[in-house]
Amino acid sequence: MAANVLIKGGRIIDPSQSIDEISDLLVTDGIITEIKTSIDTPRNSDVFDAEGKIVCPGFIDLHCHLREPGEEYKETIQTGTAAAAAGGFTTVCAMPNTIPAMDNQSVIEYVLKKARETAQIRVLPIGSVTIGRKGKQLSEMSELAELGVIGFSDDGDPVEDPNIMRQALSYSAGLNLPIINHCEVPALAEGASMNEGWVSNRLGLKGMPNSAEEVMVARDLSLAELTGGRIHIAHASTVGTLNLIKAAKARGIKGTCEVTPHHLTLSERLVMGPTEDSFVPLARNAYDTNAKVNPPLRNQSDVSAMIEGLQNGTVDVIATDHAPHNEVDKTTTFQDAAFGISVLETAFGSLMTLVDNGHIDITTLIKKLTADPAKFLGMGIGNLKKGSNADITVFDPSETWIINSQTFLSKGKNTPLEGTLLKGKIKATFYKGRKIY
Amino acid sequence: MTTNDTNTRKSIRQKHILDLDALDQSDIELIFENTDSMMEVLNRGIRKVPALRGKTIITLFYESSTRTRVSFEQAGKILSADVINVSSDGSSTKKGESLYNTALTLQAMKADAIVIRHQHSGAAYFLAQQMESTSIINAGDGMHAHPTQSLLDLYTIKKHLGTISSKKVVIIGDLLYSRVARSNLWGLTTMGANIVLCGPNTLLPQDFQDNRLLETNHPFRNIQIEENIGTALEDADVVMALRLQSERQKAGHLPSLREYSRRFGITSERLKVAKPDAIIMHPGPMNEGVEIESDVAHGPQSVIESQVTTGVAIRMAILYDLITGNHSEKEL
Repeated sequence: MAANVLIKGGRIIDPSQSIDEISDLLVTDGIITEIKTSIDTPRNSDVFDAEGKIVCPGFIDLHCHLREPGEEYKETIQTGTAAAAAGGFTTVCAMPNTIPAMDNQSVIEYVLKKARETAQIRVLPIGSVTIGRKGKQLSEMSELAELGVIGFSDDGDPVEDPNIMRQALSYSAGLNLPIINHCEVPALAEGASMNEGWVSNRLGLKGMPNSAEEVMVARDLSLAELTGGRIHIAHASTVGTLNLIKAAKARGIKGTCEVTPHHLTLSERLVMGPTEDSFVPLARNAYDTNAKVNPPLRNQSDVSAMIEGLQNGTVDVIATDHAPHNEVDKTTTFQDAAFGISVLETAFGSLMTLVDNGHIDITTLIKKLTADPAKFLGMGIGNLKKGSNADITVFDPSETWIINSQTFLSKGKNTPLEGTLLKGKIKATFYKGRKIY
Repeated sequence: MTTNDTNTRKSIRQKHILDLDALDQSDIELIFENTDSMMEVLNRGIRKVPALRGKTIITLFYESSTRTRVSFEQAGKILSADVINVSSDGSSTKKGESLYNTALTLQAMKADAIVIRHQHSGAAYFLAQQMESTSIINAGDGMHAHPTQSLLDLYTIKKHLGTISSKKVVIIGDLLYSRVARSNLWGLTTMGANIVLCGPNTLLPQDFQDNRLLETNHPFRNIQIEENIGTALEDADVVMALRLQSERQKAGHLPSLREYSRRFGITSERLKVAKPDAIIMHPGPMNEGVEIESDVAHGPQSVIESQVTTGVAIRMAILYDLITGNHSEKEL
């Protein structure tokens, strides 16, 4: 590898420094050394022509499922991080719902070791809130913190017991780490496989109402106020959730939230099949199990609220909730199919539709994928500052491409967007100056 | 032969029967005509015709059912088809074999038609997606659809009242969980009935009248929801009671079956406001004394028992049509 990488002629956008200019960017020994209108090519350089493309900090994903250890048939740290790199991500936070769960030092150490050996990007583990994610007894959070977990979550399941949540928020506050909760009141979501509404009624599927999420969000924000702890709401999906978070922030409660690309761009209609006019008669490919995700795709007014939340700052970050599954987990009835979408490789292209439709500007989108998650983590990543690690993503905002899951690097081919035309394509991803995609 | 030529065509040209939303009025009328012919066969001394000799029909029942399965089996046998019954007790379905693998196995057996009942909504659609050449008949999928039961209901109304169009049909009870009701909404709407839904709020999704449906010119835009059973039954032509399962009480939908019965049970007293010749229907099995009083269930206005015989004829008509019909022109 050459000592220097020169990325030439791209439009450089770094929201952390309010940079938006056409310049060259020089990397030396994995560190960003210069951004200037024109940089002479130093000796021993790899040159990457970025003309007509946008150069920005590598994306950070606060929420993905890498499935290792335990479910390597769905994804491994190697395949998941390769998919992330292909999606423009240079940092991913791995959820602890592995088998066994990431609730003790040994499992975290295993994940970190696998990441060192097989991943080409930064993998930051999240520890589980409770032993075995069973919601009964707190994990040894302090020990997990020593290994560098960035927070705690029983994601996949909520922390159901309010007292355990209270104690978790209180205890983790002392470690200055957040609790990330998958908010879903089990009794209100029992047996449900999609959003409750006219589509679930049409399909005869049991739905979960927005309240299943909102009741627990309200509880958690109240407990965060009580304890002074940090609560982060994973994959917010309803208008009511955002209203609660907005009000809590105004009162000074340490509450933040993330939204996924699918909850920003897709509605529950997709469960009726990929074509829009499939209402009468119901298409034979209705009950699309690839559109089964938790929280479920909601209705259009919720989608609009998510976009508004991005615009007004109620939504802190965009996170993928990448949930790869094997085909057998999805080739069954809707009710039996696994929840989850393989998102890492479609996230950016999907989000660019929001830019193309004029909902958000490109800088805001990049900020929600870089500077804002970096701020959440309290780490000096997600920027193109001189002296920072050269984690860089280059994309072409106007190149169109068609989603073909068979080309995914992720083992999870489970996308409801198969065959969709997207505009905006990742052209290169650099991690610490090395081109990894 | 063109699709609209109802006088000469013999087939609805569907490969599958998954729900009634795929059938138009002329399709349903054609099924009625063919059912008439099948009724004639059923009234013969020797009830056997060679129409489907050499054809194989598999009934695949993941939920226990006597009347629907037997009805299909008898229908197939009268038409001389070989009928193989697979139920969750007698096969590998209990051993955790997935529906997908079962589908592949049955596909390899080259059945002409598979009749499937499954506790999950959409199961018949899933099977139809997997199958290349086999016709799929939905005999009930979760809370979603039960099209042959609905065709039977429509046929029964037509036979008793002469027409379905403009008749006031009141469906009472557990609409949230009822696949029969969901299919009937399509069938009755297609045939031009005026539909009133009645039941406690907890079992009657307001989504049947969702604003978004009204805006998009949805076929269900004329469905009325009425919580007061007295008002709902006024001048009714057809009263259809739905089965109320005791599980609804456990799930908190109802305070008690007793209170349900007092608010929504069909009694002869309540029926006084309906049309004098109104007919009483129930998809069965009935909880007499809960959703319907015994004297009503077995009274002169009840058509519940005659529905069973008709059910065989309807299923003969469907099986014959799907297996022998040319469905290449009009597929889902």
